Amino acid sequence: MKSVMTIFRREFGSYFATPVAYVFLVIFLVMQGMFTFYIGQFYNHEQADLAAFFTYQPWLYLFLMPAVAMRLWAEERKSGTFELLLTLPVPVGAVVTGKFLAAMAFAALALFLTFPIWITVNWLGTPDNGVIATGYLGSLLMASAYLAIGSALSATTKNQVVAFILAVTVCFLFLVSGLPMVLDLFSGWAPDPVVEAVANLSFLTHFNNLQKGVVVLSDVFYFIAVIALWLWIGRIVIESKREAG
Amino acid sequence: MDILLEAKELTKRFGAFTAVDGISLSVRKGEVLGFLGPNGAGKSTTMKMLTGFLAPSSGSAVICGETVTTGNVKARARIGYLPEGAPLYGDMTTREFLAFIAASHDIPKADIPDVVESAAGAVHLHGVMEQRIETLSKGFKRRVGLAAAILHAPDVLILDEPTDGLDPNQKFEVRRLIEAMSLDRAIIISTHILEEVDALCHRAVIINKGRIVADGTPSELRARSKYRNAVTMLVPAANAERTASALKRVGGVLRIEAASEGDFMRLTVVPQGNADIAEAIGDIAAVSNWQVSQFSVDPGRLDDVFRQVTEGDGVSTASFTAEAQS
Repeated sequence: MKSVMTIFRREFGSYFATPVAYVFLVIFLVMQGMFTFYIGQFYNHEQADLAAFFTYQPWLYLFLMPAVAMRLWAEERKSGTFELLLTLPVPVGAVVTGKFLAAMAFAALALFLTFPIWITVNWLGTPDNGVIATGYLGSLLMASAYLAIGSALSATTKNQVVAFILAVTVCFLFLVSGLPMVLDLFSGWAPDPVVEAVANLSFLTHFNNLQKGVVVLSDVFYFIAVIALWLWIGRIVIESKREAG
Repeated sequence: MDILLEAKELTKRFGAFTAVDGISLSVRKGEVLGFLGPNGAGKSTTMKMLTGFLAPSSGSAVICGETVTTGNVKARARIGYLPEGAPLYGDMTTREFLAFIAASHDIPKADIPDVVESAAGAVHLHGVMEQRIETLSKGFKRRVGLAAAILHAPDVLILDEPTDGLDPNQKFEVRRLIEAMSLDRAIIISTHILEEVDALCHRAVIINKGRIVADGTPSELRARSKYRNAVTMLVPAANAERTASALKRVGGVLRIEAASEGDFMRLTVVPQGNADIAEAIGDIAAVSNWQVSQFSVDPGRLDDVFRQVTEGDGVSTASFTAEAQS
């Protein structure tokens, strides 16, 4: 646990070593604002909830979370610190976890900085803050799932751009598997349980449940399972890459 | 016999290519082992296996009683490792970086500032503690890497080309530091700089194509050189030919090599089978009028041995011969 914290602190600190982190936070907040107010038509709805705020997050995260995760391992491998890191007396599992938690904390910080929208909606009306809280929980879980995918794919290459593109592609598959256009491909011929399974693989399905204020344990568990699976995949990739040098 | 590091039949294969082929070695407390070999001989791969970065295809390494594996954290805690090229986190300051390394070694938080200070002091980093590592010169970066390798007072130090790319003064500094640290630990340094072996190492192992081809003290290795007991002298160029033909008649002389140095000629008399010919030549030189200066007996040459064992018999590398001169 202590070694997880050591890795976490270094990794989280390194986000802020360059201005990139601040640029990222600004981009995130501006984009989030645009989606909420222009595309989501937050004011025109005249409803005291944050549906307009949460609805477009899966798409926003699709590009922003891979950008947060892409450097996690690719940079270590490119600069050779991969060898330094893996010869420290720290278990590989702790390194994988520490790095992921740092990325997750960064995403949580970005999400936290959206608090003015929460103040706004509470000032304009009387929303159900329980629903908003589960929305934020779902949002963080979904962001973390994207980051776990991005982290594993970052270990496959020394090139951050390649890591980014791979992560966007895989995340996209996880995202669209719940959309009608994908489900229609299956519904014509596949038995219903298969269609349901594909729909259940989607981030959208589970995220939508949470942002409606329904905290079903299965939705939370789904995201945790996805995160655990991808961290495990990431660890296997790292073990195989160290052999390749 | 405090053997701190022992490797048995370490082998590493990458697909069909065998990078390291059955290397066994042991290093005692207080010993500095020089690990030599041409580029691509398997030095770095061996060190990566000794530090638990790579898993050996077969064979094993034991450090202070702990078997080194890619998962054994305890073994890694006993090792200080400077990887090839001394990779560092460029975005951290020297102090942050060393504190991170100290924390990863489970050094209590209260002790970290002291540990960092003393490691930094040992390699003279005080001026650059608050500077970002990427802005440092190559020499300073290498020293930061060394500080990181020694700060937890490891029993075994494994340094991959610690002086590579440093200027002569920095090399001297690093060597002095390694010497000072060698008293109560086992140290392995890899290098292809042969002077380093003389300056530092108690024992040298030469590897080629993944196999050990020579193992011994620097003097023992040097004794294998065909230049051992060769006599070198400086004579005026005008006298060179006369001197060379006289020397050739001395018993036990194999051949004479000559190299021009301005108005003088440096003659190297190579004996047959390392025979002791210095006395005989000295006697003749004393009675002849050769105007000899800088008369010396060669203890043998490491670079010559290095070539011999890493590229066949090495006879073909002898350049000047007396026959060619006359």
